[in-house]
Amino acid sequence: MLHKAIGMADFVQLWVYLASTPLFGLTATLVTYAIAQAFYDRLDRAPWANPVLWSVVCIGGLLVATGTPYPAYFAGAQFVHVLLGPAVVALAWPLWQRRAEVRRRGVALVLAALVGGLAAAGSAVLLAWMLGMPGEILRSLAPKSVTAPVAMGIAERLGGVPALAAVFAVITGIVGALSAKYLFNAMGIDSWAVRGFALGTSSHGIGAARALQVHEDAGAYAGIALGLQVLLASLLMPLIFRWFA
Amino acid sequence: MQIRGLALLLLLQAAGESIAHACALPFPGPVVGMALLIPALQLDWIREAVAAAAQLLLTHLSLLFVPVGVGVITHLGLVSRYGVQLLVVIVLSTWIGMAVTAVVLRGLLGGHAAQSDRHG
Repeated sequence: MLHKAIGMADFVQLWVYLASTPLFGLTATLVTYAIAQAFYDRLDRAPWANPVLWSVVCIGGLLVATGTPYPAYFAGAQFVHVLLGPAVVALAWPLWQRRAEVRRRGVALVLAALVGGLAAAGSAVLLAWMLGMPGEILRSLAPKSVTAPVAMGIAERLGGVPALAAVFAVITGIVGALSAKYLFNAMGIDSWAVRGFALGTSSHGIGAARALQVHEDAGAYAGIALGLQVLLASLLMPLIFRWFA
Repeated sequence: MQIRGLALLLLLQAAGESIAHACALPFPGPVVGMALLIPALQLDWIREAVAAAAQLLLTHLSLLFVPVGVGVITHLGLVSRYGVQLLVVIVLSTWIGMAVTAVVLRGLLGGHAAQSDRHG
């Protein structure tokens, strides 16, 4: 009995120690993601088995259940997080690979990215405003179709909350990755280029990751859309908000 | 090979951050880095180095969003207050964005594009 009590106390002590080192956040992120990815592959990449969704749910649940504060987790997870910067730079690669198509269809792609991006951001801000949400949330919702690291920067310029913008962007990505297949099938959109481009425009990197796993053309066009959305939104969103403010 | 590419990507990001800061550009540093990389890919040695690292990063792109996504636990108050409404807003606007983009692009590319994609 006594032995068991000591074992439990030791375990708690060990957990407290481990959770306070950067090792915890990094290990938890990679191990959880690797397991979620394995399940995703085993389930034939069903949209609902999205590895980002389940990694966030499992790690978030673990932190809440054990009372581990987010900064303690982020101390380790930041080593994964910083790679978002070079990943955005790396988006030049899919753009360059498809440069002939980008040049040939450039006007159509830029126009579609512009109209689609405006529709996504505009409808989000309008709906949230109609539901009476505070301005802080509206300004954090606007850049949600842009990849998280860039969305944070845009939200800051608009006077929103960068952390909220990042969370909204991730949720938007997951929603797109989960539902794109059904939406496009219902709309009768069968071109992989159009499907990928629309998913990348609306759901940035998480949508592009999904598109890449489904079809090579869809992935390439999602990558182009993601890059275009980053450029257009960083340039236009602060201007548009200045007109309204 | 991937290390050299990663070093190049980080260097371009740093260059992008510096330029964006010095010239007060509206773009975030990594976006300027991306714009710098596109012409630089004409050079064989840059292309070879970057290709491996870019492929690694972009294949596992969704992993990189997990740390930020877990940050939702710091906003549980907001989530419990506006959670359902926020989810409705995000789901609807994501669908609107996808549908509008798809319809516009399909219209602009015409039947020709859809055909060449299906056969090519």
